[in-house]
Amino acid sequence: MGMTMTEKILAAHAGLPAVKAGDLIEAKLDLVLGNDITTPVAITTFEAAGLTKVFDREKIAIVLDHYTPCKDIKSAELCAQARAFAAKHGITHLYDVGEAGIEHALLPEKGLVAPGDCVIGADSHTCTYGALGAFSTGVGSTDMAAGMAIGENWFKVPAAIKVTLKGALRPYVSGKDVILHLIGLIGVDGALYQSLEFTGEGVASLSMDDRFTIANMAIEAGAKNGIFPVDKKTIAYVNGRVNRPYTVYEADADAQYAREVVIDLATLAPTVSLPHLPSNTKTIDEAKGLPIQQVVIGSCTNGRISDLRQAAAILSGKHVAKGVRCIVIPATQEVSLQCIREGLAEIFIAAGCALSTPTCGPCLGGHMGVMSAGERAVSTTNRNFVGRMGHVKSEVVLASPAVAAASAVAGCLADPREIMKGA
Amino acid sequence: MVKGIVHKFGDNIDTDVIIPARYLNAPSPKELAKHCMEDIDPTFASRVKPGEIIVGGANFGCGSSREHAPIAIQASGVSCVIAASFARIFYRNAINIGFPILECPEAAQAIADGDTVSVDFTSGTIVDETTGARFQAVAFPAFINSIIEKGGLLPYLKARQEAQQ
Repeated sequence: MGMTMTEKILAAHAGLPAVKAGDLIEAKLDLVLGNDITTPVAITTFEAAGLTKVFDREKIAIVLDHYTPCKDIKSAELCAQARAFAAKHGITHLYDVGEAGIEHALLPEKGLVAPGDCVIGADSHTCTYGALGAFSTGVGSTDMAAGMAIGENWFKVPAAIKVTLKGALRPYVSGKDVILHLIGLIGVDGALYQSLEFTGEGVASLSMDDRFTIANMAIEAGAKNGIFPVDKKTIAYVNGRVNRPYTVYEADADAQYAREVVIDLATLAPTVSLPHLPSNTKTIDEAKGLPIQQVVIGSCTNGRISDLRQAAAILSGKHVAKGVRCIVIPATQEVSLQCIREGLAEIFIAAGCALSTPTCGPCLGGHMGVMSAGERAVSTTNRNFVGRMGHVKSEVVLASPAVAAASAVAGCLADPREIMKGA
Repeated sequence: MVKGIVHKFGDNIDTDVIIPARYLNAPSPKELAKHCMEDIDPTFASRVKPGEIIVGGANFGCGSSREHAPIAIQASGVSCVIAASFARIFYRNAINIGFPILECPEAAQAIADGDTVSVDFTSGTIVDETTGARFQAVAFPAFINSIIEKGGLLPYLKARQEAQQ
């Protein structure tokens, strides 16, 4: 019986000739990741268990990105604990303010994840690296502690949903619209315990940044991981970043899937998720006009350079509407620098946006854009749960960078195609 | 075997309402427990008594990977969570800290808020003492039972390593 990409990667890392959905396996890990919220809990667990050594100091990444630059004393103490642990164990990949970025944009950029890898991260959006053809999944702090100690973890091999992409996206429609559409279609638990395996001729038309956005939100459909085939664009992305051998896996033609979903990319419109679930999707036609007070453009979902280029193309020569605050957050230092070099930084500031240093900040209601009761944001982030960006009576509408930028200009939820008409 | 009064919640109870991000920078279990379920039921933390049980619908614990969520529930004194289904990271996290969870769609549907329920973890039998209804939860594989018995993943790994030496 054939195997899916996920099954092949898990089999290889478990030292088994084959695995099938439902098997419980122990797999070797190529990278173990944590952030400033989850790593301190992992350290406490690690030390409480009497563990003294990490399995490989070069295969652990600690990224201080959520409450940084530290928003308060408690957050500063958590970062201090993470720094001390990294220093004590000689952990190579500690990314602190000034070189850090949002973990899931940063690690691919730094070449720390390669196709065919098996990665766990104590952050639910660790599934992002599936865009590179790796198996990567979010776990909790105890899993991170165990991973740091022994370089292995237990997994139940997931059944798979085959997501076949056809055609190509139309202007002002991006990877965000694809994943919001899919989550709307299958629901927030539509892929629970399963992998989302993207395939089909439509994949070739998607940029790497679109693929990162799509894989990033696999968790929002409940999936264990989302994974893309490796093609020329993947290889071009990892060339010059990944400095070690890696293996490209392909799904077998007779691989088993629990179900198949077909999406014709050419039929998709700008799509948004209304409060309070990512599956509460509407096309922009059905939702436009909703009043807003804040726009957030950034995050591990949409803070990469092509996201910011799309936002800047709309904001260029225009101004954020009165009564709206627009916060732009490049995901990494490299993206920040690119924004400056390409003139995007000037476009954002001239348009009246607040341009921030990389941070997860407002996405989880941490800092840099927390909302009061009665406020509503259009945000390129990934969750619109109750209270996610602040007060329990605030609301988040999830959208693409193009929709977010158009909404900032219009002062309400808006269609980028209308804002750019005649441009 | 545990027995307690049920606090019932709906579908898709996410980790942001179980423990809002504004409390994640004070990760002591006692501190987290004070704010458990705050954004969906601000009275929960002050009402819940040791041994009581949470019953949720589908996809309980969806969203962020924060282990603070099962830690907050465990530290609030809740003895177990029964749900129609669990989001997978919450499921792993609960097992990894040795906190019992049971997947049982029938029980999740039938049990009402305020009912008294008893749970036998060995057999997976759930009894609604208020109505007399009995339910059978999905059984854990043996090694997951061992993790819970040892009190979590790290004590389990340690015991296993010691046994190998």
